[in-house]
Order: sequence, then C-alpha cells, then structure tokens
Amino acid sequence: MEHIYLDNAGTTPMAPEVIARMTDVMTNVFGNASSINYHGRAARNILDQSRHVIAQSINARLDDEIQFTSGGTESDNTAIIQTAMARKSVGRHIITTAIEHEAVLKSMAYLEEQGFEVTYLPVDETGHLDLADLKAALRPDTILVSIMMGNNEVGSQMPIHEIGELVAPTNAWFHTDAVQAYGLVDIDVQADHIDLLSTSAHKLNGPKFLGFLYRRDGLLFPSLIKGGDQELKRRAGTENIPAIAGFAKAVELATSEQKHARREQFNKFKEQLLQGLQANDIDFEVNGGYGAGYLPHVLNIWFKGHQSDALLVNLDLGGVSASAGSACTAGSLEPSHVLTAMYGSTSPRVSESVRFSFGTYNTEAEIAQTVATLVKILKR
Amino acid sequence: MKDNSNIRVVVGMSGGVDSSVAAYLLKQQGYDVVGVFMKNWDDTKDSGVCTVTEDYEDVAKVANKIGIPYYSVNFEKEYWDRVFTYFLDEYRRGRTPNPDIMCNKEVKFKAFLDYAMKLDADYIAMGHYAQVRRDADGTVHMLRGGDPNKDQTYFLSQLSQDQLQRVMFPIGGMHKDEVRRIAEEAGLATAKKKDSTGICFIGERNFNKFLGEFLPAQPGKMKTLDGEIKGDHFGLMNYTIGQRRGLGIGGNGQSNEPWFVVGKDLKTNTLLVGQGYENDYLYANYLEASNLSFVAPITDRGQEFHCTAKFRYRQKDVGVTVRFNDDRTQMTVYFDEPARAITPGQEVVLYDGDECLGSGTIDHAYKLVDDQAQLLQYV
Repeated sequence: MEHIYLDNAGTTPMAPEVIARMTDVMTNVFGNASSINYHGRAARNILDQSRHVIAQSINARLDDEIQFTSGGTESDNTAIIQTAMARKSVGRHIITTAIEHEAVLKSMAYLEEQGFEVTYLPVDETGHLDLADLKAALRPDTILVSIMMGNNEVGSQMPIHEIGELVAPTNAWFHTDAVQAYGLVDIDVQADHIDLLSTSAHKLNGPKFLGFLYRRDGLLFPSLIKGGDQELKRRAGTENIPAIAGFAKAVELATSEQKHARREQFNKFKEQLLQGLQANDIDFEVNGGYGAGYLPHVLNIWFKGHQSDALLVNLDLGGVSASAGSACTAGSLEPSHVLTAMYGSTSPRVSESVRFSFGTYNTEAEIAQTVATLVKILKR
Repeated sequence: MKDNSNIRVVVGMSGGVDSSVAAYLLKQQGYDVVGVFMKNWDDTKDSGVCTVTEDYEDVAKVANKIGIPYYSVNFEKEYWDRVFTYFLDEYRRGRTPNPDIMCNKEVKFKAFLDYAMKLDADYIAMGHYAQVRRDADGTVHMLRGGDPNKDQTYFLSQLSQDQLQRVMFPIGGMHKDEVRRIAEEAGLATAKKKDSTGICFIGERNFNKFLGEFLPAQPGKMKTLDGEIKGDHFGLMNYTIGQRRGLGIGGNGQSNEPWFVVGKDLKTNTLLVGQGYENDYLYANYLEASNLSFVAPITDRGQEFHCTAKFRYRQKDVGVTVRFNDDRTQMTVYFDEPARAITPGQEVVLYDGDECLGSGTIDHAYKLVDDQAQLLQYV
C-alpha cells in the first residue's frame, strides 16, 4: 500500500539536495569547528558560511546574531527562560498566548513556578488575538512578549509586524516562535522589530535535531547548556557541521520565489481537499479558517460526530498519515489546547478534529486519494 | 495455509508477554493484525506506581518486531464511570468487589470491542488463558485455559454470547512456559517481563492507603460474635471475610488460636472476629447471587442442576446445586460440602467440566444450623 504523508507540520522529509550536501560534508569534513588545526578550520569554514546564509534569510544585521541549537524546543526554552533569568531585576511579568507550542507553554509554566507572572492572551474562534488585549497587558515590568508567528495546529498567523511595533518602545523583548512559518513566509527581523526568533530545520526539509535562535545583537543572557565556548559562548556543545550545512542548503532552497510557489501549491491542495469533501456531502467545518491570515500548509478539520482517535487510526490503516492535537503519555491523544482556547473545552471540535498538513513533495493525486480514503471511512 | 489476510483482528496489547505472543501468533497465521493499547487510568494524577508509559513502550517494541501497526486508545472515562465507580460503591456497601471482572465486561470486551468495530475489525483478540468453542449452529462456549494454573475464565465469566462471538484467544490453549518460550524465540521484548499482579490501577502500592484516598475511613470496634470488644478497626472496607493479617490481636481468647475476620456489621460499623482458620462461622452451606450472566443459553438445564463452582480465583472447584428463582434473575447455590469465607461482592462462577457457564455476584451466604437457615453477617 502506498502511504501518503500529510503530517508536514510535524516534520518533513529531507530534500534530496539537503541529503546530498550533508553526505558530502559528512564524507569530507569531520573536524571540530573549535579546533585550531587544519580539520577544524575546514569545519569552521562551513559553519561560518552556513550561518551567513541563515542570517540573510531573516535579514539579520549580523551573522553572529544566529546561534545553532538542537531545534525549536531548545530555541524557545533558551529565549524564554534565559531572558527571564537575566532580566528578573528589571521585571517579572511575561506575556504570551494560549495557543503557543508546548515548548513555549511549558517554559512559561516553569517560570511561573519560579515566581514570574505570565499573562496568556486569549484568541478568538479564528485563532487570532486582539492587539488591544496585548496593548492592555503590557506593563512597565513586562520583560518579555512571546507570540508565535504561525500556529502549528490551525495555522493562524499572528500580526508580527504590529506586535513588534507595539513592543519595541516598551521595556519588553519580543520573541517569536517561527518554527511553522520559517520556510513559508518572508521574515525580516529588523523591519518587524523582532528581538528573538526560534526555528527548526526539519520543518523545511532539513535535518532533525537542529534549529537556530536569532538573538538581536546586544541582548545578553548566558547559555542554557553549560559547557564549552561554542557559538560565541551562547550555546555549548560541538556543532553538528553536516546537519548545519544541510540546514543552510534547505534555507537556500526556500527562496522568496520558492516560498511563494509553496504557498500557492499548498493553498491549492487545501482547496482540492475541501472541495472533495463537499462534493461527497461530508459534514465538516474548518477549524479557524483558511486563506489570508493562515499558514497555507495547515488544514484542521472538524468531522462532525467522528472521534479523532479512531479516525486517525482508520486513516493510518488506510494509508494516510495525519495527526490531531498532541500525543501524550502512552500514545493516547490529549485534547488540543489550541482548539480548547478557540472553542472552549466542551466543544465537540476538541475531540472530533484532524489536522492535515502539506509539504513540497505532496501531489494532487495524493490529495485525491486522501479524499477517497476519508469518504470511505466517514461513510462506513 | 488458509488465507487470513482479509480478516482484520484488533489485538488488545497490554505490554505483557501473553498479549505479545497472542499478536505474534495471529500475525504468523496471516491475519491483518492491528495492535491497540488501552490506557484506562490517568497516572499523571497520582504518585506514579502505574506503569502505563513503560507498558506502552513495550507494546511499541513488540509490535515493531512483529511488523504490525500499533495505536493507543484512551478509556480513562469509561473505566472511571463503569468500573471504578462500581468498585467504590461496592466497598461503600461493605462488600469486596472484583474490578477485573467488571473491567473485562465493560471495558476490554465492550468499549474496546466497539472501538475495534470502528476500525473495521472482524475480531478482537486478547492474551487471556481461556478458550472459545463454536457449535455447528454458531453458538459459542467458553472453556478453561489450557494451563490449569493460569486459567482466567473466572475473570471472563460475565461475558455475553454477543461479546464472545467476536473474540479470539490465541494463547488460550497453551501453557505459560510455552508462551514465554515462543516470546523468547521470536525475540519479543516482553519475553522475560514479570507477570503483572493485581489490579492495574493499584499495582504494587498499599491498597488500604489507596482506598483511603477515595473513601474516608470510618474506624470502629472489633468484637467477637459474643460481643466482646477485641480492639479497633480502621474501617470495614479494609477487611475481607476470612482475612487474618492486620488485625493486631494475638492468640489468647478461648483457644489461643490466631484471629480471623468472620463477619461485618455495616449498621453498627463493627468488625466481627473469631479464632481459628476453621472457625465455624466462616463456613457456609449455600449462597444467594444476582447479576447473573451466562455465556450460552442454559435453559435446557432446567430450574435446578448440579455442576461445579469457584467462589474466588485460584480455588479448586467444588460441587454445587444451582436453583434459579422463577424469573431467573437470582440463583441459590447449595454446596456439596460447607465452603469457607464466601465473600459478598465476589463472583460465584459455574463450570460444567471444562466449560465455564457463567456467573453471578454473591449477595448473601447462609449456614444451616439444625436445618434452620442462618444469614451470615458478612456485610
């Protein structure tokens, strides 16, 4: 059976160009970038080049504003926890939203235990926040505002530019989790007044266990990981040079034109899937929405009267990989905190929804097959 | 070999060796096998003795080794509503419930069966030591497991014909050591895993302490049948009929023999104690049971018949005569020989040879004294 992959918000397959680049580097360059020898210098060279490519991709002013991490989670943890610890004499108030990724929410929960006060901004049924709420929540002792660029479950995009402008004149630093958006939308950290930005390589056809944290020059806090002086003392641990080279390759592939093409392609898939369901009289609603204000690769659908868990298993057995909410202990589904924030915990959407997320390697034929499989299951 | 590839079997995989081998054998026989782990208890709320996470990891390892897809389903709500609530209610009534029987009846062979049907299953399979025999007319009967030490029909005795129609017990006819040997030869991660003991949500922890978290303990007096106060008890729910341990009273008395729980008086919150394992008050001549359930129709046996019975798991069968009331909602079970420590809340399970006929829940135990029936004060 052919297995169709529609869980690209979870992770993506690596691009062949990335694999080729990594294989080349793995084969030929194995040195430690911190070593003062021939092999070390070769590694260091690749590290510097990669950092430059990545810095350019978000219009960072300096290459050194990019530090590599083990991925989105570490970037979020570092940006949030280390900012709070370094700035606690300035203030102890932090603002975020109710629909952030766990890497952000669990960091916030940890800080609450440490005596920080966290304001969780609500979102409406479309998955968007009200800027007036943010304005009202900002205080002189607010040290950090952490708001995601695009949501991983429903795709809603936050008004990053407006948020940046609101936060810039205040005492607070502005962090955004761009894990889902990077690779699909153009990012300009300078124009958008972004101080800290998290990404992950494997969401845009790069390798897993790698990401970066952009930190605007001049913002100081110690490394979360203790050890050597790598990454200008910002992140201890020997850099994974082949993976970093692969990440840079994936970023090079995501040119502005390419991102535009991906958005077009994914929006088409979305239309095709929704029209397919409509044509077969499936009773459904899109959670949040789609089109302007939404990342194009995420489509979260409420299948009325169908439990998410059985539906996902049936899709999987029928050859379609999708997802819902986030898996908790022992593989069972936890009610989605995002859908709960949007519709309330008693809404059937919380337990009757499935997320499809598209990637560059999906095809129209696969979407058609997915519709057919869904219809078969839902009409059984 | 018969082509079974179009027959989907959803296997309940617990992370133990029995269900691992059940799944393995079905896969060997060519079925379309899907492994599903049931998560019945929320272990995040309490002090972490429950092993769900580790068990699920074992399911993943075994399923990958066998080459079948595996999933997890959450029945915490079903378990709480249909099993745990009953469990607490029974203790509140001074009885000693059997949650595993209820778990099989309401969760493993009901909620799980319904879920499997949603997955287009033809059958579900479990790693129990029990066997199913099908008559020519399609009626199924449940037979004891092939390993007399492991037979689990006691716990399955409340299952209905409808439930058993769609069940397979792939290891039901085997001996435990054979199951372990197969697991080892197949390289299954659970081959040497030790058998789980007791009820899943209680595990190895202190039972009385656990119960106390849900039911407030009501201490009271311990008395002999003659009314002599022997001490205090921690709450009737913490004791079961025939129990010796934990009474905190040494010999002396009339015979210097150890003391046992011989009864409970819920109204006065009194625990009745008596001396000697063979204490006369612990022996009953017959019992009354309700909540009857039979695997296959037994009307052809009439209102009264002779068979054998177990009053608790791991007990030898004893000969009994069963007599139904008129509408067959209750039965009276007369013992060939007096039986010790009949416990209200537990099941009386009936057998005819190797066939498990079904069961009822014990309500009352009686003793014949000079041909007069005496209700034993057991709740």
